[in-house]
Amino acid sequence: MSVAVTPVTAPPAKVGRVITPAGIEVWHVESHVVPLVALSFLFEGGAAQDPDGKAGLAQTTARLLDEGAGPHSSAAFHERLADRAIELSFSAGPDSLGGTLKTLTRHADEAFGLLRLALLEPRFDEADLERVRAQSMASLRYQMKDPGTVASRRFFAEAFPGHPYGTPTSGTLDSLPAISREDVVALHRAQAARGRLKVAVVGAIAADEVARRVDHAFAALPEEPTLTAVPFTALAGVGARHVVEIDVPQSVIRFAMNGLPWSDPDFVPAYVLNHVLGGGAFTSRLFQEVREKRGLAYSVGTSLATFRAAATTWGFTATKNERVPEALAVIAGEIDRLREEGPSAEELEKAKAYLTGSYPLGFDTSTKIASQLVQIAFNDLGIDYVARRNALVSAVTLDDVRRAGARMLGDGRMLTVIAGKPDL
Amino acid sequence: MPRTPAGPSLIHAPGAGARPDFSAEGPQVHSYTLDNGMDVVVVPDTRVPVATHMVWYRNGSADDPIGVSGIAHFLEHLMFKGTEKHPAGAFSKVVSELGGQENAFTSYDYTAYFQRVAKEHLGTMMGFEADRMANLRLSDEVVAPERDVVLEERRMRVETDPAAQLSEAMAASLFVHHPYGIPIIGWMHEIEALDRGHALDYYGRFYTPENAILVVAGDVVPDEVLRLADASYGRVAPRGARPLRVRPREPEPRAMRRVAVADPRVEQPTLQRLYLAPSVVTGSARESAALEVLAELLGGGPTSYLYRRLVLDEGVAVNAGAWYMASAIDDTRFALYLVPAHDVGLEAAEEALDAAIRAVPDAALEEAAIARAKTRLVAETVYAADSQTSLARIYGAALAIGETIEDVKRWPSEVEAVTREDLAAAAGRVLAPHRSVTGQLRKAG
Repeated sequence: MSVAVTPVTAPPAKVGRVITPAGIEVWHVESHVVPLVALSFLFEGGAAQDPDGKAGLAQTTARLLDEGAGPHSSAAFHERLADRAIELSFSAGPDSLGGTLKTLTRHADEAFGLLRLALLEPRFDEADLERVRAQSMASLRYQMKDPGTVASRRFFAEAFPGHPYGTPTSGTLDSLPAISREDVVALHRAQAARGRLKVAVVGAIAADEVARRVDHAFAALPEEPTLTAVPFTALAGVGARHVVEIDVPQSVIRFAMNGLPWSDPDFVPAYVLNHVLGGGAFTSRLFQEVREKRGLAYSVGTSLATFRAAATTWGFTATKNERVPEALAVIAGEIDRLREEGPSAEELEKAKAYLTGSYPLGFDTSTKIASQLVQIAFNDLGIDYVARRNALVSAVTLDDVRRAGARMLGDGRMLTVIAGKPDL
Repeated sequence: MPRTPAGPSLIHAPGAGARPDFSAEGPQVHSYTLDNGMDVVVVPDTRVPVATHMVWYRNGSADDPIGVSGIAHFLEHLMFKGTEKHPAGAFSKVVSELGGQENAFTSYDYTAYFQRVAKEHLGTMMGFEADRMANLRLSDEVVAPERDVVLEERRMRVETDPAAQLSEAMAASLFVHHPYGIPIIGWMHEIEALDRGHALDYYGRFYTPENAILVVAGDVVPDEVLRLADASYGRVAPRGARPLRVRPREPEPRAMRRVAVADPRVEQPTLQRLYLAPSVVTGSARESAALEVLAELLGGGPTSYLYRRLVLDEGVAVNAGAWYMASAIDDTRFALYLVPAHDVGLEAAEEALDAAIRAVPDAALEEAAIARAKTRLVAETVYAADSQTSLARIYGAALAIGETIEDVKRWPSEVEAVTREDLAAAAGRVLAPHRSVTGQLRKAG
């Protein structure tokens, strides 16, 4: 059956730019249907800034930001949030420290007030640091012999040896005990700055109120962050295969090739090619060959992982130990086939149809819109990206995809990490 | 499923989930029944030109025949394998070309299929979904590899995860007679024996218009949805009556039970507790609302009673909480969990948990804490109204277990009406040792 594809022309969200009196740029989508406000923000920095031997510092800091601020102890701070069902959380990624806030409009005063306190006057009390540290260490122990976790940790260690991206964001059982209150205070001072802040606000809130509230929460932060430059790095270990032995019936497999950063002109073609290879639809080549035809795995796929200073295309699957060689051969075969022949014209058109048609689906809740916008801002794609994005995908040609494919898939060799007891 | 690479396919997540808000700004809900008995629910949400299309069947893993565990879930996978008109994968290809997303999931009491698409493609989705309600075709060539997929799914979720093995053992112990004690995905040895015949028998019994609920949420006009539904689902022949669910009733529990999974891979012990509890269907609305508030108050985050007492005050745990699975046709689970501090053994942790539970009437039911728990539960209804997918799931799940739209609408006021006395009564009745299973996850050796 053939289907007429209607090109989606209208942007999925109408994004406005608000410049606050203090000079902070906010991306804003106004919608009054549901009486809530969602905010998402990112500071430059994150776990790549963790000092040697103190992996997990950025994540620990993020987890402490809602554990008491200003006059409020941790318990009192959480109570003030819970009494009004305000949802505030902070997190650290490899290149960023960020957070999200969600509140009913009628509690916006309190919500933005608590956000301000958390950002400007976090207490970082010793008892709270000890509790958060114990929780983080318990999570590490809980996952210590989980095949997926083990495979991912080894994968990043092999992919980026000696580089911050090779060290886990959540730290290790050795690094977490080394983190002191002074470290947390220093990280907060270095990264919580308004100069390179990206912030988006979505929901039942007008532009002037956005400006006022964002200034209230962020304007008093220091201007510039103090960051250490993170050196660019390429994927290491291409061609190597590592096995971490765990006594389980199924092996988890991670594999990787080169990637392209957001700023690369071939990024969008690479993104389209990834969709053909192992993107998130049931139609991808790997899904068809590994799962549908052979029943080798429940999950299989690939995605572009882009960092500030590195990019890779990485894939995942899990199959019973006996079938690991077959799964590896099928995956390698599909990558070789794509490398040598490229996608067909029809495959390319279908991939573009999916990627353009599904774009609005990521804009159907206020929290999703806020987090999409802040990611777009963080990757320096411009406020008009939401409107331009589908045209960029539609313009991709077979030549573009082949060119991107040559850079991405290279000679077909991969870094492979397997956790389990594979029959190799 | 889901057949997408990430995310859980089997729902055994805690809690009934939030209910939508019905203040003046809340969603309007329209409902109909087609001539062939299929129910239709429409929840307009005009913010984005997108629609969520779901079909729910009133059968889940708890309706698997004895010895054929996992068949509801296996059939869910096989529903993507094509019909006479549309060969295997054709529906998925169309969804993908239209820029849609699709998936399916199986729970104890229901199975559901959904697509999210631009609103103009709703009719196309209905055409395909109605077709596979009646015309599924299965060959051994597609059934065998899909069974391998499900076996890999079970290996991924359970066979490689001692915590999941403990959950299975605890459920099997809590439900001594009722099929909620059997895993949704099925037992390994029974999945291995599932074949085309099992799947088609089960399909013939349950996949009928009388047994199905259509839920559409999104940028749609209710009358137009009804017209499209009539033209697609309306053409599926009725069977005359809804298929019967044969469910044994769980006997009154008498024995406190304990189970443990000891595995060399466990580096962080944990303690779990399940109590047999009335559901939103077997209990009164008031009792079930009280249990929802009780779970939130005892174990819903860092302001909860258990977290404060066991983590902040006594320091015996690094985390502690509670949940209640209200949404179930039959008697269900009320759960507590605790992650002990590094220097605290499981036995000491359990003593502290038991002391905390015994002290609930005196120590946990402060008015401010009750008010906070209610505020959080009711606010969840506004947050749910921000997501058309959440709305569709809330109505689909409610109707699939026999609740009505009115029940869903009344839920926030039921929560508001819960009193301290209701909470004390619910805690006294449900959190009793003889209704419980305690589970330990610990390192072998």
